[in-house]
Amino acid sequence: MPDLLLELRSEEIPARMQRKAAGDLKKLVTDGLVEAGLTYEAAGDYWTPRRLTLDIRGLTARSKDVHEDRKGPSVSAPEAAIAGFLRSAGLTDIAQAHVHTDPKKGDFYVAHLTKPGRPAEEIIAELLPKIIREFPWPKSMRWGAASAKAGSLRWVRPLQSIVCMFGGETEEPVVVDFEVSGLRSGNITYGHRFLSDGQPITVRRFDDYVAKLEKAKVVLDADRRKEIILADAQNIAFASGLELVEDEGLLEEVSGLVEWPVVLMGEFEESFLAIPPEVIRLTIKTNQKCFVTRKSGETDKLSNKFILVSNIVASDGGKEIAYGNGKVVRARLSDALYFWTTDQHDLPDMEKLAAAAIRFDLDLKKPLDQRMARLDALNVTFHAKLGTQGERVTRIKALAREIAPLVGADQVLAARAAALAKADLTTEIVGEFPELQGGMGRKYALLQNEHPSVAAAIEEHYKPQGPSDTVPDDAVSVAVALADKLDTLVGFWAIDEKPTGSKDPYALRRAALGVIRLLLSSDWQIALLPLFQTAFAQLREDAIEKHVERYEAQQAAQNSGDVDGEEDVTNAISGFEKRLREEVAESAHPVLLDLLAFFHDRLKVHLRDLGARHDLIDAVLTDGADNLLLIARRVEALVVYLNSEEGRNLLAGTKRAANILSAEEKKGTVVTDRVDPALLALDAEKTLFAAVNQAEKDAAQAIQKQDFSGAMIALSALREPVDSFFEDVLVNDGNPDIRANRLALLARIRTATNTVADFSKITG
Amino acid sequence: MTVPLPDHMHPTRSFQGLILTLHNYWAQHGCVILQPYDMEVGAGTFHPATTLRSLGPKPWKAAYVQPSRRPKDGRYGENPNRLQHYYQYQVIMKPSPANLQELYLGSLAAIGLDPLLHDVRFVEDDWESPTLGAWGLGWECWCDGMEVSQFTYFQQVCGIECAPVSGELTYGLERLAMYIQGVDSIYDLNFNGLEGDDKVTYGDVFLQAEQEYSRHNFEHANTSVLLRHFEDAEAECAALLRAGAPKDGDNSPMHRMVLPAYDQCIKASHAFNLLDARGVISVTERQSYILRVRNLARQCGEAFLLTEAGGVNFKSESV
Repeated sequence: MPDLLLELRSEEIPARMQRKAAGDLKKLVTDGLVEAGLTYEAAGDYWTPRRLTLDIRGLTARSKDVHEDRKGPSVSAPEAAIAGFLRSAGLTDIAQAHVHTDPKKGDFYVAHLTKPGRPAEEIIAELLPKIIREFPWPKSMRWGAASAKAGSLRWVRPLQSIVCMFGGETEEPVVVDFEVSGLRSGNITYGHRFLSDGQPITVRRFDDYVAKLEKAKVVLDADRRKEIILADAQNIAFASGLELVEDEGLLEEVSGLVEWPVVLMGEFEESFLAIPPEVIRLTIKTNQKCFVTRKSGETDKLSNKFILVSNIVASDGGKEIAYGNGKVVRARLSDALYFWTTDQHDLPDMEKLAAAAIRFDLDLKKPLDQRMARLDALNVTFHAKLGTQGERVTRIKALAREIAPLVGADQVLAARAAALAKADLTTEIVGEFPELQGGMGRKYALLQNEHPSVAAAIEEHYKPQGPSDTVPDDAVSVAVALADKLDTLVGFWAIDEKPTGSKDPYALRRAALGVIRLLLSSDWQIALLPLFQTAFAQLREDAIEKHVERYEAQQAAQNSGDVDGEEDVTNAISGFEKRLREEVAESAHPVLLDLLAFFHDRLKVHLRDLGARHDLIDAVLTDGADNLLLIARRVEALVVYLNSEEGRNLLAGTKRAANILSAEEKKGTVVTDRVDPALLALDAEKTLFAAVNQAEKDAAQAIQKQDFSGAMIALSALREPVDSFFEDVLVNDGNPDIRANRLALLARIRTATNTVADFSKITG
Repeated sequence: MTVPLPDHMHPTRSFQGLILTLHNYWAQHGCVILQPYDMEVGAGTFHPATTLRSLGPKPWKAAYVQPSRRPKDGRYGENPNRLQHYYQYQVIMKPSPANLQELYLGSLAAIGLDPLLHDVRFVEDDWESPTLGAWGLGWECWCDGMEVSQFTYFQQVCGIECAPVSGELTYGLERLAMYIQGVDSIYDLNFNGLEGDDKVTYGDVFLQAEQEYSRHNFEHANTSVLLRHFEDAEAECAALLRAGAPKDGDNSPMHRMVLPAYDQCIKASHAFNLLDARGVISVTERQSYILRVRNLARQCGEAFLLTEAGGVNFKSESV
C-alpha cells in the first residue's frame, strides 16, 4: 500500500511551537484522510527549525464506493413532490429510481445512489491546501508581494516550499500536485542552511528523504537531536571532571534551534560564582539558552564552565563560537552580579520611604526593609479593586499575627515575616527573573541576619503551590502562608471574582487547596469562618476608619464648645464604630459562607484524590462546618468503622430505620423524636430506647473530645438492639399512638447516628 | 564590492568602515541610501522612511544609519555596554523579498562574519512598538550567542495593516562593531581605523556626550517644560493634520501636510521618553502617554495613505 511524504519548509519556526505544530499537522491530515474514506497503517511526525514533516504509511490507494439508498415519496405523490425528490437525489428521470413496497405505506420510490470512490491523490490534493491555509498557529503572519492583497496565505514565518510524494513500494512515487497561494507542491527540498552545498535535493519517499537530509547535515528527528545533545553534553562535561545540570525544558528548546547539533563548552570567570547558583543558571539558560555544569559530586555549587549547542561544524573546531558565547555570558553575568550586589545596598531615594517604614515597622538601615518600603511607596497595584501591594501586605501582616498563636508560631516573627514577604518583588534580580520570588527574599533576609524562621517564611509562604508541592513545617511559614492565601481568597470573594468553569485567572482553586493542605498537615484546631471574618474586616478597615473619622468630625462640629457633652460624644463615637463593624460583619456573612462552600468542594476533591469515597465525605459534611481537620478526621474514622462488621450492620439497621421514616414522611406522617416511655410495650423496644439514650450520650461526649472512633464505638452499642427491634417489633401497630411512638424511636436512632455522620448519604 | 575600501577601513578595524560596507552592500541590492532623520528618535523605525513608507502599496527599499536616543539607558559613560545615544543601521524592503534572509546573511558575510566560522541563528522574537501602534513577527539574529540584529516582517504600523508587508532589518552597530573588532568596551571601538596618533576611538567622539546627556536626562531636563512640549507637539500634530486634510469638494482627496504633522508625533514621543527617564511618570500615567502618542501615529498613518507616496495614483504592475 502506498505511503505519503509531506514536508512544509519555512523560515525558522519558533522552537516552542514546533512539536505541537507537527502533532497538529499529523492529526489534521490523518483525520481528513479518514473522513474522506481512506485508511492508513501508521503516521509519524517530525520537525526541525525549518520544516514540519509527515510520514504516512500504508494509505489506501482510493476510497471505497459509498452506496446510499435515499427514500422518496409514494408512487402516487403529486408531481411537485416527485420533482423535488429527483432534484435532491440528483436524478434526471423518475425511471432511474426504484420502487419499493411497504405493507403499510404501499409503493414508494427509492433512489439507489453510489458515490464513487476517489483516488487518494485527488483527496490529498484537495485536503492539504485547506489544512495549510487554516493551520492553527498560535501566531501567524503575511509576507512578500502576495500580502498586498487581502486573504493571502498566513504561516508562522514565510513558507518556502512543499514536498508531497505519494506512492507504493513497487511503483515510483509521484508528486501530488497542488497549489497554495502560488506555492506549488513538488519533490525538491534543501538541506542545512550553512553546512549543505545549498543545491536542491530531489526526494522520492520518506526513507531516501531522511538519508539525503542527513547527508545535507539535517537530523530530522527532534528526539534524536535531543539524544545527541544530551549524550555529547554529558561526555564533554565528564571529560572536564564535571557533570551536566540537566534541564529538559531547555533541551527541548535547544533541539528546536538547530538542524545539526554540535555541543561545545565555554567558560566565564570564577569570580562570577559569587552569584547564587540559581541566578547563574537562569541567566545563562534564559538569555543564552546554554546549560550549566557542576563539579562531579557537588550538589548545589556550579562550575564556571557552561555547555552551548551550536548549529554548525565550525572550520576552527568551534573556538570562535565558544569564545563569542563566553563573552555574551560574561556580559550577562556582569548584569546579574550588579543586580545581586545592588539588591544588598541602600536605595538612592531613601527620603521617600519614611512613611512606609513606619507603617510596616521597618528598619531602613536594612536593604530588604528598604525594598519593602519602596514596594509600598511605589503604590504598585495588586488588583484594581483590592488596592496596592502595600495595602495587601498590611492585611497579611494583621492576619498572620491573628493566625500565629493558632499554629504555635511566634507572633512577632510571623508579623516580621509577613512584612518582608513581598519585599523581594522590588529587587533587581526578581525583576529580571520573576520565578525567583520568595527564594531571593530568603537569601537577602539571611544576609541581613533575620531570624531563620522569618527567612524561611519569606520563601515558603507561597507554598504549597499545588497538589504535589511540599507543605512547609516551620510554624512561622505556616502562619504567613495561611494569611497570604486567605487574604487572596476572601478578597476575591468580596469583589465577586470567583473561578468559573475552566477559568480561574487568579489561581484561587490552588490557593484554597494550599490552605486545605496546610490545615490538614498538623493537629491545629482552626475554625475558618472567624479567620474569614478577620480577613474581610481587614479589607474594609480603611473604609471603616474613614467613616468613623467623618462621624467624629460631625459630632465635634455639633458639640463645639460644649464641655459636658464630651463624654457623650466619645460614647456616641464608639457606639457608631461598633455598629459599623457589626454591619460589615453581617454583610460579609453570605459571602463568607459561599467561600466556605467553595472550600468544602475543594476539600472533597482533595480527599477524593487521596482515595476517600465521596459519599462518606458528603455524609460528614454539614453546611457550616469550618474546621477542615475535623471533617477529614471524621471521614477517616468513618472509613475504618464501615470496614468493620459492626459498622456495616449498624449502617444496615440505620438505613432500614431511615427508609421506614422517609416512607412515612413522604406520606405526610409527622414523626416526632419524642419517645413516651409509657407506651413502650415490648422488651426489644425498651432495650433499644435505653441503648439509644446511652449511645447518644456517649457519642456526644466522645465527639466533644474529637474522638471520632470513640463515638463510633459508642454507636456500635446500638447494633444489637436495633437488630432485635426489627426482628421482634412490628412498627405498624394497630394502635396509632404506639405506632407513632415506635416511629419516634426510629427517629431517635437517626438523630443519634447523625452526631457522627448522615448515614442516609452513604451508598451501599 | 564595487568600491574597494582601503585596509584600514575594513569593518573589523573601523566603525565607519562597518557603516560604509553596509551602505555599499545594501546599495548594491537596490536600496536608497538615506541620511539620518534630523530629529531625536528612539529607534530607526521612527524615521518616516520606515514608519510612513511601510504603509500603502508602493514598493520601497531604503537603508540608513539612524542615531537613536534612549534617555533612560544613559550610564554617565561608565557602563561599557550601554549608551543613551547610539547608532542603528536600518534596512526596509517593501514588499519583503523572498530571499530576505539570504540577503541579510550576505550582509554579515560582507562585514566579515563567515557563517562557517560563526554560529548564526534566527531566534524567535516578535517585535512591537506600542507608541507607533506597530508590530511584526521575526527573530533576533544571533551570532555566537550575541544578538546582532532584529529581523521583522511588519504586520501593522500606525495601527494600519501593512499591505504589502515590509521586511525590516535593524543592526545594533556598536555591538556588532565590538564583536568584529574584538573589544570589550564601546568606548574602545576604533572609529576611523587608523593607528597611533591618528586613531580616533568611539570614546573620543562620544564619551563626553554620554556624560553630559546622562546628567541632562536624569537630573536637569526641565520636566515642566517637557510636559508643555509634549502637550504642544500633540496639539500641533492634530492642528497640522486638520489643516492639511482634504477639503470637501476637492477633486482628488489628497492630504497635504502629513510629514510636518508626523514630526510633531516624533517630538511628543521624545518628550515622553525624557519625562520617563526623569521618573516623573507613574505606572498608570505611562500607559496613557503611550496611547496618546499612538493616537498621533495612527492619524499620521491614515493621512499618509492619502498622499502620493502613500499610494494614491499608484497602479500595481502585476494587477
